[in-house]
Amino acid sequence: MPGKLKAKIVAGRHLPVMDRASDLTDAFVEVKFGNTTFKTDVCPKSLNPQWNSEWFKFEVDDEDLQDEPLQITVLDHDTYSANDAIGKVYIDIDPLLCSEAASVISGWFPIYDTIHGIRGEINVLVKVELFNDLNRFRQSSCGVKFFCTTSIPRCYRAAMVHGFVEELVVNEDPEYQWIDRIRTPRASNEARQRLISLMSGELQRKIGLKVLEMGGNAVVGYLQCFDLEGESGLVVRAIGTACTLDKLSSGSAPNTNTHVHPNTAPASNACNSPSKDGKEPVFGEDLPSFSGPPTPFRALPTSSSSPPPFSPSKPCSRQSSSSDTDLSLTPKTGKNTYVLSSIVSDQAVFYLQEFPFFTLTSFPPGFLVHVGGVVSARSVKLLDRIHNPDEPETRDAWWEEIRQEIKSHAKALGCHAVVGYSESTSICEEVCILSASGTAAILNPRYMREGCLDIGSTDHRLFTVAFHLRQFEEPSPPSCGFCHIPYDELNMPFPAQLTYCYHCRRQKVPDVLFTTIDMPPEAAVTGKGCLIQARLCRLKKKAQGEVNATAISNLLPFMEYELHTQLMNKLKLRSMNALFGLHIQISVGENMLLGLASATGVYLTALPAPGGIQIAGKTPGDLSNEHHILTIQKRINDTITKNKELYQINPPELTEEVVGSPIPEPRQRSRLFRSHSESSDELSELDLSHGKKDAFVLEIDDTDAVEDIHSLLTDAPPPTGFYSCNTEIMPGIYNWTTGVQMFTSVRVFRLSNANLTNQGLNKIFTDLCENLLKSFYFKLRSMIPCCLCHLNFTVAVPEEELIQVAVTAVAMTFDKDQTQEKPADKPVTKGCSETEEQLQFPLELCADSSSITTQTSSKISAASVDYGSFADRCSTWLELLRLKAHTIRRGSVKTISSLERSSPLPEGRSRSLRSNRSFGGSSVPVVKMTPLSFLPGTRIIKYLGIINMFFIRETTSLREEGGVSGFLHSFIAEVFAMVRAHVAALGGNAVVSYSMKECVLMENPNKNQAQCLINVSGDAVICVIETDQESMPSTINVVQTCSSGADGAT
Amino acid sequence: MAVELDVFVGNTTIMDEEVYQLWLDGYTVNDAVKVRMEGGVLEEFEASADVLLSDTMDQYRTFQMCERLLHSPAKLANQLLFQIPPHRQAILIERYYAFDDAFVREVLGKKLSKGTKKDLDDISAKTSVTLKSCRRQFDNFKRVFKVVEELKGPLVENIRQHFLLSDKLARDYAAIVFFANNRFETGKRKLQYLTFQDFAFCAGQLINSWTIGAVDNMVEDMDVDLDKEFLQELKELKILITDKDLLDQHKSLVCTALRGKTKAFNEMEARANFKAFAFETFIEPCRSDRWTASDMRLYLTHYTNSAHILDTFKHQVVWDRYMGVIKSCIFKMYHD
Repeated sequence: MPGKLKAKIVAGRHLPVMDRASDLTDAFVEVKFGNTTFKTDVCPKSLNPQWNSEWFKFEVDDEDLQDEPLQITVLDHDTYSANDAIGKVYIDIDPLLCSEAASVISGWFPIYDTIHGIRGEINVLVKVELFNDLNRFRQSSCGVKFFCTTSIPRCYRAAMVHGFVEELVVNEDPEYQWIDRIRTPRASNEARQRLISLMSGELQRKIGLKVLEMGGNAVVGYLQCFDLEGESGLVVRAIGTACTLDKLSSGSAPNTNTHVHPNTAPASNACNSPSKDGKEPVFGEDLPSFSGPPTPFRALPTSSSSPPPFSPSKPCSRQSSSSDTDLSLTPKTGKNTYVLSSIVSDQAVFYLQEFPFFTLTSFPPGFLVHVGGVVSARSVKLLDRIHNPDEPETRDAWWEEIRQEIKSHAKALGCHAVVGYSESTSICEEVCILSASGTAAILNPRYMREGCLDIGSTDHRLFTVAFHLRQFEEPSPPSCGFCHIPYDELNMPFPAQLTYCYHCRRQKVPDVLFTTIDMPPEAAVTGKGCLIQARLCRLKKKAQGEVNATAISNLLPFMEYELHTQLMNKLKLRSMNALFGLHIQISVGENMLLGLASATGVYLTALPAPGGIQIAGKTPGDLSNEHHILTIQKRINDTITKNKELYQINPPELTEEVVGSPIPEPRQRSRLFRSHSESSDELSELDLSHGKKDAFVLEIDDTDAVEDIHSLLTDAPPPTGFYSCNTEIMPGIYNWTTGVQMFTSVRVFRLSNANLTNQGLNKIFTDLCENLLKSFYFKLRSMIPCCLCHLNFTVAVPEEELIQVAVTAVAMTFDKDQTQEKPADKPVTKGCSETEEQLQFPLELCADSSSITTQTSSKISAASVDYGSFADRCSTWLELLRLKAHTIRRGSVKTISSLERSSPLPEGRSRSLRSNRSFGGSSVPVVKMTPLSFLPGTRIIKYLGIINMFFIRETTSLREEGGVSGFLHSFIAEVFAMVRAHVAALGGNAVVSYSMKECVLMENPNKNQAQCLINVSGDAVICVIETDQESMPSTINVVQTCSSGADGAT
Repeated sequence: MAVELDVFVGNTTIMDEEVYQLWLDGYTVNDAVKVRMEGGVLEEFEASADVLLSDTMDQYRTFQMCERLLHSPAKLANQLLFQIPPHRQAILIERYYAFDDAFVREVLGKKLSKGTKKDLDDISAKTSVTLKSCRRQFDNFKRVFKVVEELKGPLVENIRQHFLLSDKLARDYAAIVFFANNRFETGKRKLQYLTFQDFAFCAGQLINSWTIGAVDNMVEDMDVDLDKEFLQELKELKILITDKDLLDQHKSLVCTALRGKTKAFNEMEARANFKAFAFETFIEPCRSDRWTASDMRLYLTHYTNSAHILDTFKHQVVWDRYMGVIKSCIFKMYHD
């Protein structure tokens, strides 16, 4: 009997009138947990009843405590007929199970009914008493902390990062059970809500078990999603990163990033580049990037631009590079063996992680060593082909497959890990697209538990050792180190153009960097960033089953390719060279596919300046065309100039060189643009001295091409005073003030035109997104100067002719006067003396790169040569895909084994009730919400637990509720209200890392009906206003800690 | 091709005061968009008409959802659905309960019944306040009237506490309730020149001095009903007029005091025929004779004071209670 749950019903208020005769209500409450139910007395004739009940006690297993929600039902007593339900409150008691989270849940909760919405409020008090359990076979994982935040939570320190955890549970969807035909919509909705709540609890418990097994105590970057598969079931799945977190004492710095590591000591002296410049890099488009994928997928690494000669002011100390390499090699090889042996000695608790994935998007300094590029994989599956729909095996196998793809892409990029990893699905009827993406990276292994990186199969050739030495023994300045290529220059996984880092001048960097992570706070940027979106619609024929899946699979590679081209062009148009937070969503509908790629563009100082965009006619002699081309070219050039001004991108010594620089590798370029010359348009590099026009041929007389260029130019920049980005914070803005406005906006567009073209659709879709942004700017104009952060767009095709776009973001104000300066570039100067420290880095073996990369790179370049072979490849994928859709019987590795350790729960669960809690108080506590991991100007002092809520709302009086807009408007407001109420009841005053993961709207205006499902999540926290001036701690403090504390590191 | 659904929900409810006013004034969404466009928000902020329409619709929806709460403003503070900062809540309530002087002037003193509600379209046409706005204002009057009717304690205070209104607005509502309860006719042609504020002031004076509440503050309706005892006592003041001696004595005293101090003395002398002051019988002739405000003040002061000198006049307390109010009311009403 490991736990006692106690609940007390205090009072109600604003109850609805249930008895028309008296205009009053005779309310009572049922409190249910598991199979036990208690009732309060009836409080007659009151809309503001005071029950003040006794403590209802439930004695339950902690396993149940994790799975089950506490269910509170408010009813109207009726002597003669059945009691009428007023509404329900589900309370997730998980936060009470963790000693460091909340100790009591107490407050006013909205009473929610799936048909009527919020109907009054109820004041409830909930406590849990846990007993220590020594049962080693237990199935619960109480005490494991969960965080939605995709970075190390602010009042913790990461002692160890264990790696990827995932779990998936399946159940029959109550909406599709036979009983649904006879029960009321309310009963059906409630069954569904309860089921998902149960499944989420179970999922969390199982993941917790895995974490305990790995020796961790927390899951960071916890991402839970559900898939409404329809007939085949309801899937709840989650991924996360297992960590061991140490709580920082309240006195210490509030930052995520206090973890000190010598690697972060930003000594610039050691960034040597091994002299391997022998081979000319081969350039090409990344399109069908890696070797023989069975499903359409690809990695999106980098591509073109001409590297101008560079002569920036040098970092403080520099040594001659070639000799230094040799010098450093010798002593360090010795260390290498030392560390290796220590790993071996540690093998007792060795746990080999199958997937070296991390759901984190930002990291403590020194954690992220190099970034390779974006890796992604997609797969089309048929849901009606699942052999055993009630079991998770098939889906597990699907995801396993995709993760393997991702893993192999990362390897091909010379990386041993994938960071910023996420998974998603899009379902339409029986077709399901599974997607996964992340950023291939090399991480500093000292934070990792052994085996968590993909180093298992390393072959110990001399070369590899040398390669790794280069990676780890020569730490780069944090402001540019992550840009340095992780892969071996001689065996590049894909053709890219490399130059020496423009910041430290010692190592090679690619010309463009795409990532799914947030920009490292210490990265050096020029100017400000901006939101860059690529939008695409593709019509497809309506079809069933396999034919449909084939059609979709055929389209996917083209879509990814075009999205990528759009991104690249838009990036260049803004004169930027890197994308952070890249998120590509492809959504499937009955007759079309929607693709939306969002990212934040930045000019990284370390990377070469991007070239411009060059337009050229196909027939250079044609005079009438020539003029037209010149006009467009001028417009493009003007836009670039304007954008440079707008985003304050003016690296002084670079601008001129860019313009005049010759293209060093015309051959590469031509490959890029030729590869899709068949498909319609070509946009090429700006190069004023271009002599080889054949490399830049663009069919300007093709109307498609013209439209594409127009659409390129129609993206309006945000109005003065506004910035926007989809990452946590805007690169280039450092002085946030406290103004915060989180919002959710949903728009649905009906296409009434039956014979739409792809072009027409694209325009509609682009306008829809652009108009949404414009609306935000207008609505939030009172907050200027302000930045829309974490703009998260989700697209869907709910019905045949509908396009739905949902956006959640936060507008944050900043101080305009100080935006120019970055707080500190201290690391470069401070870190100079830390050379010795770096010698202590444990050596780690990483990717078994060489063989694979050679192989893939050759394949890629072959594939991207022309359209013909590309199409061939697509069809090959399809063959394989079809095969896969049928087979798949792999049992997934379930790790619900017994646990070797006793309960991690600390003694002394009796924590005192917060005294500042007033129960009958009239004013509602303010709860701030933000999709970011922090609130500017405040310090998070406590994480109270994860908020993960699922609601269904249905109406049969759509018109009376103000149509679909009125219906959804009030539903979203209600969801916000319920989230706030739960957070307040936990004692919190804010939700961070908030996200709306699902918003499924179904409407039938003819029947006057609509139904909507919303799933939201976030971390409930207590934050206090920062008293000192360090309102932007993560940049200043971090830098100082890591440089000053370097010698204290172990 | 059309936007089928378009919503924007902020964690802190976003409300534009300008749009709120348009909504309160009963503009339709399209009219409101026109007004806003003319107002120049667009040029100010490079937005298109679509953006404006979408924003206006969103705000209108929000206001409609809030309206239920505004009917009992205390709920607005402890409801959970909308997170609105307290100062915004105050603005919302204050504006919602604000009314047009032109409208209230028409309704003042009338019974707040269904019958009056039916006449609202006429009033709307006459005052050029939209019918929607008229309805809101009328319903507000009625709601306040109903709630306050059965409450003990001071009227203004009750209104302020129940509807969380500012002191000024609460006083205005007190006046409306007072007039509605006593059905003082304010619609007469001769009274047309008086504004609502004039009446509100008088009502304030009456409530302060002539109601039961002025003597006893724990009775129901204490500020709404006039003190009956006092009205009885007033009859005794008629002695000033009925008793020939007193009348003459008083008249000469006033005339002596006034002599030489004003040019208008002659007329004043003529008016020293004292009757219980009524709007028609006193103010109207004085206005036509073009007394200045200071003349009026002078006259009334002496008129009041002289009565104290009369030794045979025994009702000094009642006289003060009576004349205090009359004096200030007349001062207020005596304008163009």
